This record gives sequence, C-alpha cells and structure tokens, in this order.
Amino acid sequence: MEALLAVIVGILFAAAVYMLLRRSIVKLVIGLMLLSNAANLLVFVTAGLRRGAPPLVPEGLAAPPSAVADPLPQALVLTAIVISFGVLSFAVVLVRRAWELVRTDDLDRLQDTDR
Amino acid sequence: MTPSLALPLLVPLLAGTLSLVAWRWQALQRAIAVLGTLTLLACGLWLLASVWQDGIRVLQVGGWPAPFGISLVADLLSALMVVITGLIGLAVALYSLATTGKGHEAFGYFPLLHLLLAGVVGAFLTGDIFNLYVWFEVMLVASFALLTLGGEKAQMEGAIKYVTLNLLSSVIFLMAVGLLYGLVGSLNMAHVARRVATLDGGPIEALALMFLVAFGIKAAAFPLFFWLPASYHTPPVAVSALFAGLLTKVGVYALYRVFTLIFPLGSGQAQQILLWGAGLTMLTGVLGAMVQFDLRRILSFHIVSQIGYMLLGLALFTPLAVLAGIFYIVHHIIVKSNLFLIGGIVHRLHGSYRLEHLGGMYHRSPWMAVLFLVAALSLAGMPPLSGFFAKFLILRAGLEAGAFGVTAIAVLVGLLTLYSMLKIWAEVFWKALPEGSPRIAVLARGERWLMLLPVVGLAVCTLLIGLQAGPLYGIAEAAAQQLLAPERYIEAVLGEEMVP
Repeated sequence: MEALLAVIVGILFAAAVYMLLRRSIVKLVIGLMLLSNAANLLVFVTAGLRRGAPPLVPEGLAAPPSAVADPLPQALVLTAIVISFGVLSFAVVLVRRAWELVRTDDLDRLQDTDR
Repeated sequence: MTPSLALPLLVPLLAGTLSLVAWRWQALQRAIAVLGTLTLLACGLWLLASVWQDGIRVLQVGGWPAPFGISLVADLLSALMVVITGLIGLAVALYSLATTGKGHEAFGYFPLLHLLLAGVVGAFLTGDIFNLYVWFEVMLVASFALLTLGGEKAQMEGAIKYVTLNLLSSVIFLMAVGLLYGLVGSLNMAHVARRVATLDGGPIEALALMFLVAFGIKAAAFPLFFWLPASYHTPPVAVSALFAGLLTKVGVYALYRVFTLIFPLGSGQAQQILLWGAGLTMLTGVLGAMVQFDLRRILSFHIVSQIGYMLLGLALFTPLAVLAGIFYIVHHIIVKSNLFLIGGIVHRLHGSYRLEHLGGMYHRSPWMAVLFLVAALSLAGMPPLSGFFAKFLILRAGLEAGAFGVTAIAVLVGLLTLYSMLKIWAEVFWKALPEGSPRIAVLARGERWLMLLPVVGLAVCTLLIGLQAGPLYGIAEAAAQQLLAPERYIEAVLGEEMVP
C-alpha cells in the first residue's frame, strides 16, 4: 500500500511541477493545488499505514494491546489541508483580480514589476 | 516575577482580535495598533531580561509534557528577535497612522498587521517543528493580504510571484517535516535533535537539504531570491518596511535554529552549500541593486545582499561567526526598515520613487538627509555606526576560519553597497531637482511628526548600537553560546531525565 501511494505522490509531484512551469496563470494555480495535495499525501504516508487498528485504548487498560495506527500524521494532514485550502482560495481570488487588471493569462507578460 | 512565554504571542493576537471588533471605529483601531505594538515591545524586553537572568525558559502548552505537547521555548536568540519584532512593529504602526490610506484601513490593514506580528513572534518562540510550519503560514497569509491591499496592477503581479514561490517553499517545508516525523517519530525540536544525533547517512543529509531549500526560499538566499525584488516594492511603503525588516529574517532565524539544533553544521554538505550560497547571495544582491533606478527596488536588492552576510555567519559556524550573524540580524532589521521608511517620506514629498525624478532633498530638508546618511552608511558598514561592528565581526570570523574567498567577497560587497548608497545620496539628496518635476508636497504638522518619529527613533537605535556596542555584543555572544551548545536547549525542554 505504501509503495503504491509513494508512486502516486511521485506522479502528483511530476504533474504539479509540469503545470507550474506552464505559462498560463490558471495552470499555475492548478499546479499549486496538485503540489499541496501531493505534500499532504506524502505526510499521510510517511509514518506507515495500518488497516483496521484505530488508536483507542480499551477500558481498563493503560495502553492499546497491539500495535495501532499512528494518529499524529492524520492530525498533521488535517491541519495542512485546512491551511492549503485557505491559501489556495486566496490564490484563486488573486488570479481573478490579476486577470481583471492585467487582462492576460500569460505569465511572461507580467513584467511591470521587473522594470 | 517572570513573564509567561505565551504573553508576547497573546498580545498581538488579542490586539488583532480587538481591531477586528473595532472594524468600523478606525480611530480605535489606530489606538490599538500603537498600544498593542508598544505592549509587545515591553513584553519582549521583559522576556529578554528574564531569559538573560534565568537561562532558557520553556512553557509546555496545556500542561502536556514534552515531547507530547507543543513546547514554547525562549532562548536568548528568540527573546532578542521578539524584542526587535516589537520595535519594528511599533515603528511601522506609528508610521502607518500617517501614511495608510483610508481605503486600506477600511479593509483591515491593522488587524492584518497584528496577525503578521503574531505569526512572526510565534515562529520565534515555538519549539515544535510542525508548529513552526503553522506560524509560518499565519505569517504568510497575513503577508499575502497586506501585499495585495489596495489592489494596484503592480501589486497583483508582484503578489502572484510572491505567493507562488512562498507556497512552493511551504510545501517543501511540510514534506520535510512529514519525512522527518516518519524517520524519528517526533516533532518536538529538542526531541528530534536528540534522535537525529543517533542516526546518520543519506536520509538525514537529504532532509537537511530540504530544510535548507525551504528556509532558503523564505530567507531569499541565492538562487532562490527572485520573488523578493519582484514584490517588495509594490505595496504601501509601511508594509514594505515591515516585510523588509522582519519576513526574510524569520527564514534566517529558522535556518539558525535548525542548523544548530537538529542538523548541527560542521559535517555534511549543507555547510559548503550554505557558505557559497552566502557568498553568491551577497554578490548577486548588490549587483542587482547597482543597475536599478527605483529607490525601493534598490533597497529590495540590498535586502538580498545583506541576507548573505547573515548566512555567512551561520555557515562559518564558529562562536565568533554565529555571534556576528546574530549581531548582523539585529542591526540589519533596524537599518533596513528605516531606509524603507525614509524612502516613503521621499515619495510622499515628491510623488515618485524613480531616481531621475528626484533631487534637491538636501537643500530642502537637511535633517532628512542626515537621517538617511545614518541609515545608509550604517548599511554600508561605516564606523562608528552599527553596521561597522556587524561587518567587522563577520570579516574577522571569516579570516579566523580561513574562508578567504568568501571573506573577500564580503569586503567587495561592502564597497559596492557604499557605492549604491552614495548613488541614492547623490540622486535624491545632492543633485538639483530636475526641471519639470511635479510640485513638492507639504506635510501637515501631525503627519510630519508621525512619519519622523519612527525614523528618528530607529536612527537613534542605529547610533546607540554603533557607539555603545557592548550590551548587544554581550547578548549576541551569550546567544551564540546557547546556539552552539544545543544540549542545554534540549535539557531545558525535555527535562533532566533521559527521554529516549
């Protein structure tokens, strides 16, 4: 399972970098979305995956009787998803505002700041 | 009586919340801005005094013992950075009272300012690597909004570049945190450091380089600095000054923290990369500044160049070099913000940042010219100003460590910085005002005082550091000792007994 997810993370990264390097602003935003999803998935996979063993301690015991899934990466991913959602919505609004002002979808024409 | 470590965090968060509540009462927001940043400065000084007296202080948030909960840790470097954050926050808040347009204020300029300060302070105080990521994001989101406030065309273009590259850096940082957790099973920096010390080999090296790239983008190090000169000159000048002083330095702080505590330099490739990265950062920054003819763009490129000196202090990794790096950070934050604030006054008077449209400032307001000279010559490293000691210490550390190539670059860059500052001096202050320039504005009385007060205050700080370098040298020396002996940090966080 980890191996499969690792490959998927790799593919996501490749796609994200490809999109980031395109000249269209919309594709840039799509690239950013793929990139943050790839990172979230990576964090999720890092600590290892385990099926059907929730990290719950049965009543009367001080520790779970057998190995359980690590809940921490999931907590991290939840935080990261919320953050990336917020930031990406900002990026979408930004791109829309930029298009209204600059009237171009071509990153190579955003040169006002370089003069 | 010792201050709680949460205090410097709570003050800007509370001030931000109160400003949100006072959304419609702008006079109240302005009062909160000044009071809040003043309180932050006071809390910072209090914290610094207490850390100076009692050593490293730790707060386990919510009472959860380390390494399970989140720890807030203040060593001397953190406390010093909190003080500087308060100082710059106060200066920018005062300056904003006179320069921020009504439109900006109506869209939440002051709440965002407090939120940004909270993110910066949080990043300085946290002892948990994932928490560091969260504070970085708080800071970034606030900075995105501040950068685009006003919605001019150049701002949007700058923001697209800024947002994209900073998101990329955040993603790399997040991946590095995830992989680090997978490797050592902890997020508490002290605990991670203890576990990483028992491992070595490929994965650790790779992780160290991922952190280097992530923080390198935030710190605007070569070759990852392109977002900075593309965006820092676009927002209102008070925002530029705040960003110029604080944001990149949070990246530098993170580099100092991670590469002394978790991956101590001295072995591995990170040190060589950092060393030559520092040299090239200095050189490209100053060369970039030389060909610019826009006041704020010149200053933006100089941020990049100065970051190189701070990285050099870390990369040399001797006690003197780290001391010099810390000294440099403090000096640079004060001087750089001040230069942007002065640039803002020039713009207010002449309505332009282009050197060819400016002139005659010396004739019109000689005191302004003196204030600029204090900051500019300090940046270039002229004695007896703060920059002289900062550069002197770095160069000496470089020579003692035998890194002659990079030290030679540092000397050359100092010279070119002087050239660049004198270019501004000659064009803006010395030459006559060109024909056909727009009418020179006159500042209202209250406005003038609000704009001059922070500039004069920061210039006095520069002079004090220059003429009385002893106290800051002492603090920087003790901070460097703490950084280079991470066992004390680890012990303070995890307690005496060994957590495996």
